[in-house]
This record gives sequence, C-alpha cells and structure tokens, in this order.
Amino acid sequence: MKRVLFIFPLIVALGIGLFSVWGLSGDRNPSDIPSALIGKAIPNFKLETIMTEGISELSNNDLAKLEKITVVNFFASWCLPCKLEHSSLKKLNSSYDIQLVGISYKDKKSDTSNWLSELGNPYHVVGLDISGRTGIEWGISGVPETFLINKKGEIIYNFAGPLLGKNLAHFENILRLELNKKQ
Amino acid sequence: MVPELGQFSLVLALLIAILQSIVPILGASRGNSTWMNSAKTSSLLMLFLVSFSFIALVYSYIVSDFTVLNVVNNSHSDKPMLYKVVGTWGNHEGSILLWVLILVTFGAAVAVFGGDIPSTLKARTLSVQAWISVGFISFILFTSNPFERVFPPPLNGNELNPLLQDIGLAIHPPLLYFGYVGFSIVFSFAVAALIEGNVEPGWARIVRPWILVAWTSLSGGVALGSWWAYYELGWGGWWFWDPVENVSLMPWLIGTALLHSAIVTEKRGAFKAWTILLSILTFSLSLLGTFIVRSGLLTSVHSFAVDPERGIYILILLALSIGGSLVLFAFRGASIEDDGLFSPISRESGLLLNNLLLVTCAGTVLFGTMYPLFLEAISGEKISVGPPFFNITFVPIALILCSVMVIGPYLNWKKADLLGVLSRLRFTMVLSLFGLLVIWYLKTSGPALAILSFGIAIWLLLGVIQEWIERVKLFDLSPNTTLKLIKSMPRASHGMTISHMGISLIVMGAVASSAWRQESVIFAELGQKNNFAGFTISLERIENIKGPNYISKMASIRVENSKGFIENLYPERRVYPVAGSATTESAIRQTLQGDLYISFSEAADKSIKDKWTLRLIYEPLVNFIWLGAILLMCGGFMSLSDRRFRRSFSSVKKMIHSIREPS
Repeated sequence: MKRVLFIFPLIVALGIGLFSVWGLSGDRNPSDIPSALIGKAIPNFKLETIMTEGISELSNNDLAKLEKITVVNFFASWCLPCKLEHSSLKKLNSSYDIQLVGISYKDKKSDTSNWLSELGNPYHVVGLDISGRTGIEWGISGVPETFLINKKGEIIYNFAGPLLGKNLAHFENILRLELNKKQ
Repeated sequence: MVPELGQFSLVLALLIAILQSIVPILGASRGNSTWMNSAKTSSLLMLFLVSFSFIALVYSYIVSDFTVLNVVNNSHSDKPMLYKVVGTWGNHEGSILLWVLILVTFGAAVAVFGGDIPSTLKARTLSVQAWISVGFISFILFTSNPFERVFPPPLNGNELNPLLQDIGLAIHPPLLYFGYVGFSIVFSFAVAALIEGNVEPGWARIVRPWILVAWTSLSGGVALGSWWAYYELGWGGWWFWDPVENVSLMPWLIGTALLHSAIVTEKRGAFKAWTILLSILTFSLSLLGTFIVRSGLLTSVHSFAVDPERGIYILILLALSIGGSLVLFAFRGASIEDDGLFSPISRESGLLLNNLLLVTCAGTVLFGTMYPLFLEAISGEKISVGPPFFNITFVPIALILCSVMVIGPYLNWKKADLLGVLSRLRFTMVLSLFGLLVIWYLKTSGPALAILSFGIAIWLLLGVIQEWIERVKLFDLSPNTTLKLIKSMPRASHGMTISHMGISLIVMGAVASSAWRQESVIFAELGQKNNFAGFTISLERIENIKGPNYISKMASIRVENSKGFIENLYPERRVYPVAGSATTESAIRQTLQGDLYISFSEAADKSIKDKWTLRLIYEPLVNFIWLGAILLMCGGFMSLSDRRFRRSFSSVKKMIHSIREPS
C-alpha cells in the first residue's frame, strides 16, 4: 500500500505528460476557442438601427424571420482591424446571397455613421450596441467578430478577429457549404 | 568573431557538463576523492564558459551587431542602451541562455560555498546539476541558438517589442529565473539523496538555505511580474489567472510548502520522503513553467515566441528529469524512514496541515491551468478557464490556510495544547472580530466573502504580532533586556514573523483592490470636470512629445478632491514607428490608501476634435500587495542571515585564507 503512494506522483506526472504530447501534436491552436453559442438560437436582443431604411429597430426575432443565411458582424469605428476587414465584408456581400447584419459595438452613433459613409456601407441592417450589452449576450471576445447563422436562426460558426486571407477563405468555405446544403 | 567565440564556449561548456555528469558521481560510488573533487573545478569552469557566452551575446546587443539573427529580431540601433542590454533576455534564445547561466551559477555556488557538505553528497548533487545543464545547453545549441548569423545583414533591426521596453524587463525575468532555477539545486540535492538512499536531518540543514535563496527570489520574481503588469503594461490588474502567471505561482506554492516541511525534517527528522518529493515537485513545476510558456501548449495573453519543435525537445527533457526523478522516488522513497514521532496536536501537525493546504492550492491551480488541455484531448471541446474557477477553488483554501497559519507558530514541537493556545489568542480574536465589523460597517454592500477575507487578514496580522511580542517578552522585561533577547534569538524566527505579516498585507491588498475597485470610462472634453471615486478629474491639455525612439501624446490631467487641488497626472499614448506599435503609459497617483489610475486614448473618431477617452480606475489598498511582497522577501533575507546558515560562508573564508597562506 505504501509503495502505491510513492508511485502516485509518477502516475500523475505521466498523465500530464501524455496530455502534453497530444497537445503538441497536430496543428491545434489553443487560442481558437469556438463560441459556446454554436448550434444554439440567436440570443435575445433589441437594438436601435441606423442607416437602414424601413427598420428602426433590430431584434433577434427579425433575424430569425429572415429567409436567408445571415452573417452578423460586430464592428466599431475605433477598431483598426475592422477597417482592414471592411473590404472582405464588401466582397462577401457582393459574391454571395446573404443577409449581412452589422452591429456597431460600444461606439457612438455619429462615429458609426461617419465611418460607414466614408468607407461605404456593406450591411443591409446596422444595429447600434452602444452599451455593449448585446455583445455580452453574443459572448464576443472583442471586435471584429463574425457569426454565421443558418435559415433556422441558429448560429453555426463564429470567428473572432478580422476575416482576412486564410481565415476569410475558411469562412467562405463554410458559407458555401451552408448555401449548397439548402438548395 | 565574438558570437562565434560565444557559441564555441557554449559547446565547451556542454562537453564539461557531460564530464561532470559522469565523473563525480562515479567517484562517489567508488570512494575516489579526486574524481569527486573534480566537480568543483568543472563547476567553476562551466560558470566561466557560460558567463563568457552570455557576455558575448550581451556584447552583440550593445554594439548592435546585425549579423546576428537574434539581435536583428529584437534590437534596433536607436534603442536606449539599457534596453539594448536587457533585450538580450527579452527573447526566447537569450532568456534560455540566462536560464542556463543561473543554473551553472547555482552549481558553482554549491561547489564553492558547500564546504560543510559531505563529499559524496556534494559530488552526486553536482553531477545531477550537470545532467540538467547537459539537457539545457544542448537545447540551446540544437534548437535555439542565439548566435545564429544572418546574411546579408540588414541595415537595422526589428526592434524589441515596445511593451518590453521597460525597467521591468531588466529585473523581472532575471529574478524570476533565479527563483525557478534556484530550485534546480534543491532538486539535485534531493535526487542525490535518493541515489544515496539516505536522508539525514543534516541533509535538510544543508538544503534549507538554498531553498530560502530560491524561494525569496521566486517571491520577488512573481510579485515583480504582477507589479510590472499592473504599473507598466497598463493591463489594469495585477493578477489574471493566466497560464503564464499560474505556472509561476505553482512552484512558489510548492516551494513554500517545502520551506516549511524542510524545517520539520531538520528539527525533528520527520517528513523526510515528503520533503524529498516536494523538492522534486518544485523544480518540476518550474520546468513545466518553462515548457508551457515556450511551447504554446496553452493559450495565454503573454505572447512569447512559440515553436512546437522546441516544445517537443523540452518535453523530452522534462520526461527525463521529472519522470526519472519520480521513478527514483517511487523505488527509493518508501525505504526512507522517519524518526520523530508527534501527537496530532503539535507544531509538526500544524506544518503538515500547512503543507496539505499549500499543495491543495497548487493542485487546484495546476488543474485549472491544464484543464482546457485535458478537456480538449478527451472531448474535443475547447474552453478557457478564467478567474471565476480560481475564485471558488483557490481562494477558500487560501483563506483557510491564512486563518490557521496564525496558530502554527504558537504550537510546541511533539505535543501542544491547542485550547491553551486559543485562550491565549482570545483577545486577538475579539479584536479581529471587531475589525471585521468595522469593515462591514464601512462596506455594507459587501461582498460577504471580501469582508470575511479582510477579517481573516486582520486576524493573521494581529496573531503574528502577538506571537512576536510574547516571544521577545516585549512588555514583560525592561526594554534593554528585550532588545538583547531580540538580538540573541535566531534570525530565522524573526524572518518568519516578517514573512507572515507580509502574507497578511498581501491578502488585504488583494481583497480590497479586487472587491472594492472602481472603474469608469469617460469621454472627456478639455476643461470638463468629472467626478470619480471621490476625486474631481479634469482634462487640461494634450501635448505632443518626442522620445528617443517613440512619439507620444501626453495628456495633462488635474486631480482634485473635496479639499482642493491634489496633483496633475500625465498619462501618455506612445507610438513606436519602427516596431509599428503603440503602448499606453498610464499615469498613477499612488498612495497607501489606493491608486488612482488614468490611461487615455484618442477619440474614437478622427473627425471629433478635443474629445478624448479616459479610463479611470481606483484600486484601494493595492500597494499593500507589493508592501507585503517586500516583507515576504525581507523575511527570506532575514532567515538567510541566520547564524546557522552563515557557517557555510565562514568555511569559504577559511578556504580562501588557506589558499593565500598555505600551511
């Protein structure tokens, strides 16, 4: 019995070692933590909109009603990576049949509208999340962060960071898969 | 030429390390004293060679030798000289070289200062230390050569990450490494003892000063890292439960347990195998720290250069050192017999409880840190473990530890009278309860746990002070006799009092600054007055300033309280054109009651003029943390200066003496 006690530390160390060997193999990226909302319905929210004709308020029900695949992009005028990402969003909007929803995160109304008039507005709807409350509901880790939502109103993929290069290509692959699935 | 010499001397150091790995330990088993004594020469030679190699790298940085890849990647000719020098260890290769330098320094220190260590133990210890040296010097040479050349050499370097261009880099990594690596020699002593199959109380007496040196440095290193993050990096917090922070906390916790269990082994001949195990674990966790930070195994806010191939090499090193020593422990540990018997209520039991609690604390931190990896491996689910986990697991155990650590020093060895002790402490108990009620009155809104924790910290402080007063008979004897008594007592006992007070202050600071912290983000116009945490804050003007390798916008902010003007604060926003990045230099009004912390950034929109984003934070009592950490270190130094430990240094003087005047 006593002997077992003395072997115990070795067993624990071996266990940690095995996990570590596994952790080093392959091209896993530990920073890549997917949203807890994957496979779930869009969280509840209600936001004032700007630069959107016909709709003065945007809520989760509106998104659920859409008959299209929806891409929700959190952005802010104070966020430099968002500026870099902006052209990718324009491209997404022009190349695919999607509904592109922008949520301006912790930003002022005037800043957002100036920013969008200057760079162009790729979004069909822009919601204002001035308090950052909606961002918390969606569990974003920062801006930009983009969510892909299927026609049933479920979140199927999310990406934190600017959609550029390899990440954009990956996002487009998932988007294409989803578009084909429904046709 | 200089880089080649540096690399060459590192190769020589590797050869000598290989020699030292074999010869002294063989000498110890064959009783050949020449072979055993060779360890001294080879340890000093290794120290010389690695120092030379390190100085060669520092030199390459000082002269901005851009034919060296490492210098190109991490330096720039416009950088201030201090940061050129400290940039040497602001990167992976250089920092591992520093690691090895400290490793061989400890080996050489044992060779020189360990005059009273039995020669077989010393020879075996130095051989084990050389095994570690072989591992890490070869790691440098094969996977992370700091002297690699680049051709054609670029005109200038890429600059050191601006976040690292801070005085913190000059002292935090060396101090932390001194602590981490300091435990290597304790590990070597433990493995040597296992090889000998024999642990005497004398072993603990020899090892304790080394534990103290490493523990004191590690305490300083961890506290400095936290201080650095808080004051300089502008992260707005002093502890984030990030993996990189956790891996420095774990060896500290186990090292603290070791510090206490070694006392029992020395004084009572008990806990022998346990002390050996803790010695192995402390260094193992230091190695794990190096491994996790360098391999990219876990995600962290600290962006170190990450390379899985290096990770695999370190993993092999870890498997050999940790696995090997634990296999040895599994075989030999059971045969180590304890001498001292003690009753369930005694100083020994108190220290046992201390050890169990500390190891549990370290266990929860280890589990929380590794859990994302475990979970991902088993279920494929990816998560990150944050402060909430540690707040509900680590904090309660730490609080229990703090409340019982008052009682430990009152207990006698072998058998103690717990009820008697508690009745001696009754006034302190009442006083602490009163303190708790005062805090409750001041902070009626809670949180309850914070109020309770603060009460426990008060109890700890008062209990420690009472114990000291009783021990030195402060009010019983005349002041002169008391002073004599204080001087004649072992300094280690005063050291304990100082360190325990330090812990109490750290708890107070940690609780107050996290539970009663205030934060606010405001959009300020010039001249506009804002009220925050009892201050009135107004933005007066913004100036453009040019630094040596950055340009900066500096805000001038007037701070008033109800009595009127206090001072002006000047937060900055610096842009480093070469590195292409910006840093926030927050301004802090630092007082013992709390810190007012202001950082600022440009307005969200370029088109809006004269409007700035100010981030205001008030952290009450936060300086108690650093004050406590300083006390912790003072306690360590105080104990180190104890008469018993100085003896080994006097043997050095004798040795030097005998070299000068051969008899």
